[in-house]
Amino acid sequence: MISANLPALQVIIPLLAAPLAFLLRKPRLVWPFALLTTVLTLLVSIGLLQQVLDQGVISYAMGGWSPPWGIEYRVDSANAFVALIVSAMGAIVMFYAGTSIRHELPEHKQTLFHVAYLLCLAGLLGIVVTGDAFNVFVFLEVSSLSTYIMVSLGANRRALTATFQYLIMGTLGATFILIGVGLMYVMTGTLNMVDLAQRLPEVAETRTIYSAFAFVTVGVCLKLALFPLHGWLPNAYAYAPSVATAFVASTATKVAIYVLLRFVLTIFGVTFSFNTMPLGQILMVLAILAILIPSTVAIYQTNIKRLFAYSSVGQVGYIILGISFGTVLGVSAGLLHIFNHALMKGGIFLALGCLYYRTGSVQLDAFRGLGKTMPWTMAAIVVGGLGLVGVPLTAGFISKWYLVMAALEQGYWPLAVVVLAGSLLAAVYLWKLVEMAYFQQPDNATEVREAPLALLLPTWLVIASTIYFGINTDLTIGVATLAAETLIEGVR
Amino acid sequence: MMEQHLLLPLIVALPLLAAVLIRIIGDRPNPREAVTLITAAILLGLLGLLAGDIYRGEQPSFTFAEPVPGLPIRFHVEPLGMLFALVAGSLWLVTSIYAIGYMRGHHEQNQTRFFMCFAIAIAATLAVSFSGNLFTLFVFYEVLTLSTYPLVTHAGTPEAKRAGRVYLGILLGTSIGFFLFAILWTWFLAGTLEFRPGGVLAGTGDSILLSAILLLFFFGIGKAALMPFHRWLPAAMVAPTPVSALLHAVAVVKAGVFSLLKISLYIIGPETLMTLPGRQILLIVVAVSILLASLIAMRQDNLKKRLAYSTISQLGYITLGALLATSAGLIGGSMHIVMHAFAKITLFFAAGAILVAAHKSEISQLDGLGRRMPLTFIAFTVGALSIIGLPPFGGMWSKWYLALGTLEAGELILLATLMVSSLLNIAYLLPIPLRAFLGKTAEEDRHIGEAPLPCLIAMGVTSLACLLLFFFPQPWYQLASMAVLP
Repeated sequence: MISANLPALQVIIPLLAAPLAFLLRKPRLVWPFALLTTVLTLLVSIGLLQQVLDQGVISYAMGGWSPPWGIEYRVDSANAFVALIVSAMGAIVMFYAGTSIRHELPEHKQTLFHVAYLLCLAGLLGIVVTGDAFNVFVFLEVSSLSTYIMVSLGANRRALTATFQYLIMGTLGATFILIGVGLMYVMTGTLNMVDLAQRLPEVAETRTIYSAFAFVTVGVCLKLALFPLHGWLPNAYAYAPSVATAFVASTATKVAIYVLLRFVLTIFGVTFSFNTMPLGQILMVLAILAILIPSTVAIYQTNIKRLFAYSSVGQVGYIILGISFGTVLGVSAGLLHIFNHALMKGGIFLALGCLYYRTGSVQLDAFRGLGKTMPWTMAAIVVGGLGLVGVPLTAGFISKWYLVMAALEQGYWPLAVVVLAGSLLAAVYLWKLVEMAYFQQPDNATEVREAPLALLLPTWLVIASTIYFGINTDLTIGVATLAAETLIEGVR
Repeated sequence: MMEQHLLLPLIVALPLLAAVLIRIIGDRPNPREAVTLITAAILLGLLGLLAGDIYRGEQPSFTFAEPVPGLPIRFHVEPLGMLFALVAGSLWLVTSIYAIGYMRGHHEQNQTRFFMCFAIAIAATLAVSFSGNLFTLFVFYEVLTLSTYPLVTHAGTPEAKRAGRVYLGILLGTSIGFFLFAILWTWFLAGTLEFRPGGVLAGTGDSILLSAILLLFFFGIGKAALMPFHRWLPAAMVAPTPVSALLHAVAVVKAGVFSLLKISLYIIGPETLMTLPGRQILLIVVAVSILLASLIAMRQDNLKKRLAYSTISQLGYITLGALLATSAGLIGGSMHIVMHAFAKITLFFAAGAILVAAHKSEISQLDGLGRRMPLTFIAFTVGALSIIGLPPFGGMWSKWYLALGTLEAGELILLATLMVSSLLNIAYLLPIPLRAFLGKTAEEDRHIGEAPLPCLIAMGVTSLACLLLFFFPQPWYQLASMAVLP
């Protein structure tokens, strides 16, 4: 009974938990309840992935209305993989949130934050599991609106302008997606993804579909912060509460990338996207710029959350570069990096949260002597950072290795140079922190101690997993390759 | 799957264990240093045990994990790796004795961190020497760079930090920009990164492409200090002398040239290498590097800087051997890893002893010091003579084989280069002891005595080794020839 309804439960559990949490009101009750919800959601994701790997694609008719009339939830290896990433980070970060939120937010805002968090989780998972193009838009709005709330709760007043910026850009993106989906509906009369994929080729050579394609891709690229549409991201990440940054950075852009893959590969199809439309070339150029420019900008940041936010824009570039090849190897490299980067960046932002908890700052100055005063927190940042650089034995190495192989497979060896140059840039901005933390003496004026275990434990759980997935890659490489094959072959 | 040989991870883990213990013991100097000495002694014993297997023709291996299919983290010991590991392991013990005298005599700060990073660097060096494929080698090559950085910046002065930045910038920059790129390309062409006799790249691409890869390897392995990527080595001389002695005359730089020899033997393959047009370019670069570094060395007044440029020049010999790719050249290059290690470490020990006992770092201040510190300067002279390549010291053998190698390859100009370089060695090394013994001792220097006893013991051991290597080069020659002539 439960196992047959897993696709629906994946979304419904957090979606229903959100209003219930609101009714509970007292933050002391809300957090355990929210934690329980996220753990249940994680269990559902694990179950779903297991089911998909055992039985193949799951099609679930919402409310018993069979597709293409009703809304279909369709889970294959690609989205089961992404759902697992999202709910795993959701659960770990929620565990961390208990201590961090109590410290960072005033009491009357804490419940609100947890409610928004659960809604956001529901929205992201909804985007991932649904098989309906309009449903994607609905859940996108659910997740975006709740993210705006979370970001705006940041302690610094600049969080408000950051939210406003994010709101405008995010709404623009969502509107573009809606227009694109609308145009497709006009031409095909369906919103079901499988159905769309079957009907689109007949009308593909029309200006309407060209425009639909353009609207959808630009809209999604706004959401996933592809350079130069990344303007909203650095401030939103920098001024949001630590928990929100860690959660959003490791999930929201990743889900947006999944949406891009779903639309471009499954719905429009590889042939249309990469041959009829010049998507490959455009994405490749933007990805190269994304790898080089924001990584360079990151070097000059003194707010370290901003620094890693720019680094995120750069890392999105790697993922998009893999996708731009339109090959199985390229897309699986992209998917691998979605997973690995979610872990690395999530871990780093959690560690930055530990730092904020103790020092109340994430400026470069706060790192002075941190190697002595908060050795575990700093070590977490270094290990995560080494992953960003792509040092062997970290997860980051694996995805970069596949990315370079995908580039060489196409004969694009200069791209290998770009990837290596990006690694060097990452090494430079990481080194800035290392020098500050290990080679400067701490200020004696402030007594800084190591962060509490309730924060360190989840942080190190994530960081340790980046090492684990750098050494044992059976799960990640296996699933990513499978998912890439599913996406590229499409549903026909 | 081949049999897992547990001795290999044990040997590499041993210094790491020591690092942990050193950290735990912390600021109690005597037990802390006891850990270093005991571990180094056990390590040497285990290496001897392993060497026995190698001499019997076995090649033990151990696989840790396989992150990407076909790309394992794997140890596989062949004779050349054994040779390097033996050099590093035996000199660690000697240097540890020396370091205790030096660090205490010089009242250095942060000694716990020093001994800890030292042990980690040794572990990385051993792992480099045991590497079973290029990927593993690359991983530990980078670990070696990072673990030696805190040693270079040990003093914590602005000058040390600047030097540290040059050190990291060049070593990481070349390794990621060129070396890793060459590895990726090799993997793409050959589908494997294993070290195989005859080379995995042989016959996989045209000679232009392979030449490009060759250049990427030789410039990318910055630790070999081939000009123009040599500046990190003089910069690293701000480190305490034991670091300069073991790491920047033996472990780190030899890890570089060792990698080059491995690449020449097992990745590109000597026969393929000889046909590549890129080799001609590199031979010129190496010849220039050997001579130019010697010329620059003559102009250095700072003793350690002069020794550093001398190292750059001598590393060129080994790179030359790897490039000649004839059997005598490769054997000579491998032998030179050993001979230069023992000779140069003696020179650095002496330089450090002078610093501790007399607080002098410039050559122009050494007048007459030889009469105050006779043992130190005798050791220095022995080391210098061995570097020059005069009998009865070990340095003669490696130069002999290298010279043979140039003749085998028919490169008379390179033979001339080696000869001129030997003359230059005389010109920049011998004036130092001459000045010390024959010069007039300054009035304020009359109170100066010999360096602390541990320093003297260490110098005695290594200079004796230089002498013994002349009479008994056989064990090393055998390892080198087992690698080159299978």
